[in-house]
Amino acid sequence: MNVIETNGLGKSYRHIWALHECTLAIPGGHLAALVGPNGAGKSTLMNMAAGLTVPTAGAVTVLGGQPAGSPAALDGIAFVAQDSPVYKNLSAGDMLHLTRNLNRRFEQRYAQDRLAELGIPLKKKAGKLSGGQQAQLALTLALARRPRLLILDEPLAALDPLARQDFLATVMTAMADDGVSVLLSSHALADLERVADYLVVLSGGAVRVDGEVDDLLASHRVLTGPAGTGQHVEHLSVVQAKRAGAQAHLLVRISGPADPVPPGWEAHPVSLEELTLAYLRAPGSTEPPGPPSVQNAEPTEMAR
Amino acid sequence: MTIDKGVSGARGKTGASSPIEFRLDPSSGVPTYLQLVQQVEHALRLGYLTPGDQLPKVRDVVASLTINPNTVLKAYKELETKGLAAGRPGQGTFIQATLSQVALPELAVLRRTLLGWLASADTTGLDEDGIVALFTSVLRDFYERRRGGHRGGQRETNTGSEGVA
Repeated sequence: MNVIETNGLGKSYRHIWALHECTLAIPGGHLAALVGPNGAGKSTLMNMAAGLTVPTAGAVTVLGGQPAGSPAALDGIAFVAQDSPVYKNLSAGDMLHLTRNLNRRFEQRYAQDRLAELGIPLKKKAGKLSGGQQAQLALTLALARRPRLLILDEPLAALDPLARQDFLATVMTAMADDGVSVLLSSHALADLERVADYLVVLSGGAVRVDGEVDDLLASHRVLTGPAGTGQHVEHLSVVQAKRAGAQAHLLVRISGPADPVPPGWEAHPVSLEELTLAYLRAPGSTEPPGPPSVQNAEPTEMAR
Repeated sequence: MTIDKGVSGARGKTGASSPIEFRLDPSSGVPTYLQLVQQVEHALRLGYLTPGDQLPKVRDVVASLTINPNTVLKAYKELETKGLAAGRPGQGTFIQATLSQVALPELAVLRRTLLGWLASADTTGLDEDGIVALFTSVLRDFYERRRGGHRGGQRETNTGSEGVA
């Protein structure tokens, strides 16, 4: 089951495409990291998947084909918008009360236990809680709805390192306990290296690369070799090339770890961060074969 | 900070049910799931884990290391494929085989002998890197000679002196 599926999805604001021709299929059971610089279209994509924004073009379905925004979709998705929104003047207890009454399904017991575990007093106004506690409160309210898909828009941006770790631990535990799928956006990949097992790189309103992290790491490598001649490497799909006088480093997409290394070149594995930055830096516009070939590869990866 | 309560609670349970606890080396460059697999194998070789022991519960590993549950599942699946562990539905994953070829007392004796050797290497002025280099080279020669009967014969004269060291 794909938790989010988009087809030619686009959203324009006054003739500017915030997201354009976005075709994606994110399978369930993963923590998918949505990574890209500010203005890449991350929030736009999330808002459309959550059913809060109507697409200008194309379509988006969630949880195995439910139209975004439909009652069934809304029931199965929990969305925490940027900056962990809580009503600053309401107490944590009132927030619980409110959320319980606004939703068909809400596990009061889970929410109370969780807040007690976190040491968040029910009587305290949400606005007086620390940033980390406000984020945890918003997350608890979202998880108490027992969603099948949890969408988190930049949840880590305002948190200190310890609070980030705690927040992610809560998300990971919910994944282990209930099998909830997660889509989490961030512009800092460093926090996500250990938690994300699916990656979507977005920039300039378009998908640059997407897939399971293990597959992506296995299908890319850095080749180091002579800069002058393009010998033996002209057939490779190069994501990013760094050339000095004598030496070149090419980040290339390969068909698998067994792909032969071109003679005269040295191969190194890539890290997730290296790979993401390469796709973000790669001038997508001048490299049309990049993204389409990636998307062509997608159905086969999904089929497995 | 406050979540520590939950995590340490989980950790406490882990300590009770599994003899080992995982840790991660972020700078090693080894994929996370492989680090878990290697740590189990290491613990098996040194006798910290024996058949019947339970591996830490997925949930506990996830909470204490903040890693994706799929990573832990992948590591445990790999251990199952290798025949080292087996999952019991509703209970967890348990050690099934052993990798230690030597019983614990003998391991202790070997460890003492090695310590003695290290002390003498240290007195001759060899530093840690030097010791590692020497040990690795002797180890390689030892197994190379043992594996390739003919090849080893050729090399014997070169490596004979090192072998004694």
